[in-house]
Amino acid sequence: MLARPTDAQLWQWLGEVPDPEIPIISIVDLGIVRAVRWEEDTLIVTVTPTYSGCPATRVINDDIVAHLAGRGIEGVRMERQLSPAWTTAWLSDEGREKLRDYGIAPPVEDGQGCAVGKAAASVAPVRMMRAGALSPATPVVPDGVFVPPVAPPSVSCPRCGTGDAERISQFGSTPCKASYRCRGCLEPFDYFKCI
Amino acid sequence: MADASATDGALFEYLLRLGDNCLILGHRTSEWCGKGPALEEDIALANTALDLIGQTQLWLALAGEVEGQGRSADDLAYRRDLMDFRNVLLVEQPNGDFGQTLMRQFLFDAWHLPTLQALAASSDFRLAEIAEKAVKEVTYHLDRSTDLVIRLGDGTTESRARMQAAVDTLWPLTDELREGDDIERTLAAEGVAAAPEAVARNWEAHVVGALRQATLSRPEDGHGRFKGCGKQGRHSEHLGFILAEMQFLPRTYPDASW
Repeated sequence: MLARPTDAQLWQWLGEVPDPEIPIISIVDLGIVRAVRWEEDTLIVTVTPTYSGCPATRVINDDIVAHLAGRGIEGVRMERQLSPAWTTAWLSDEGREKLRDYGIAPPVEDGQGCAVGKAAASVAPVRMMRAGALSPATPVVPDGVFVPPVAPPSVSCPRCGTGDAERISQFGSTPCKASYRCRGCLEPFDYFKCI
Repeated sequence: MADASATDGALFEYLLRLGDNCLILGHRTSEWCGKGPALEEDIALANTALDLIGQTQLWLALAGEVEGQGRSADDLAYRRDLMDFRNVLLVEQPNGDFGQTLMRQFLFDAWHLPTLQALAASSDFRLAEIAEKAVKEVTYHLDRSTDLVIRLGDGTTESRARMQAAVDTLWPLTDELREGDDIERTLAAEGVAAAPEAVARNWEAHVVGALRQATLSRPEDGHGRFKGCGKQGRHSEHLGFILAEMQFLPRTYPDASW
């Protein structure tokens, strides 16, 4: 029997699996592969969905199984993990650069513009509460107030690099993106939403 | 300690409400696909529907697990009859014009977000992890629907009239969003469900604040006609048409796959 590949080797192989909708980045760049572990001769790969209705989820699972089979690992079981919920903070720096080169503006995680994403991220991760790190009583949202719509984040055009772009829709070609248009070069582009 | 089977029965009902709200609103919203007033809005409507259908799969899969009869999310979505659906009446209402679709989404989102925020701290981990995921998506839904209600309400004479007509039409159907029943109160007391009073307080504050900014009048309360109707399986005539379209294929060709 062949020696079992190291974890580093497994992560490198997983890093060769492209995201089906944005093939310029890998599923590891995207931050959705959460863990790999062995149970006897079966490799368990834990993946978290980006959006709960993302149609790519099933394709990603099939792609992982097929790619690892091509590397000689036959027994692979996919597991889904919902909590902690995926956040764009897990996108790798390399992934962000690749997105920009591909024409998609990467998520803007700092500044007021990401307030929607920040509000969403402020919900305490369930796993942290379970581990006792956070109290479920921690107030995470203001009670009984009107929350006005948030100004769209200021996004730089990935084509011409100017910082002057307007949001034309809060959604884009996939659930993870919003639509913007550059006021400089007038090109429309996708912005990878911060969540 | 409460009787475990009684608690599971209540939890099953509660999960059906959460799942059916997402399923029926997701289906209704998807009816706009290819017909939106502008390409960007068409895409936004379809994406919102997709989020809701994704959440449906999570809630109904858990409902099937809690019920323990081996029913999958698909079984629950496609092989239940009208009176077994537990969605609120609001979400099964016809799309009407774009203004009515948006107002329906806004009135629902304003209930959905505080419900999910409370559920993310549920004592039942299975509910909490789904809510933690869904809350991110629904934060965007509410931000968008609030923004558009304000812009169209405080817009042209035409858009303002349409938004006021929409809120007047839909307002009586919000009673059951704001009023809890024994199932919700019992599960909330156990820390499992969202406390209906707290959700109603948040709903009221957000909705009234947005309507004010939109220069729309808040309709009068006190109709009292639709309390707990949909949640208890008493639906409007519209749901049957939705189910006929949605369930036709899996009922005619059971276990079809492609």
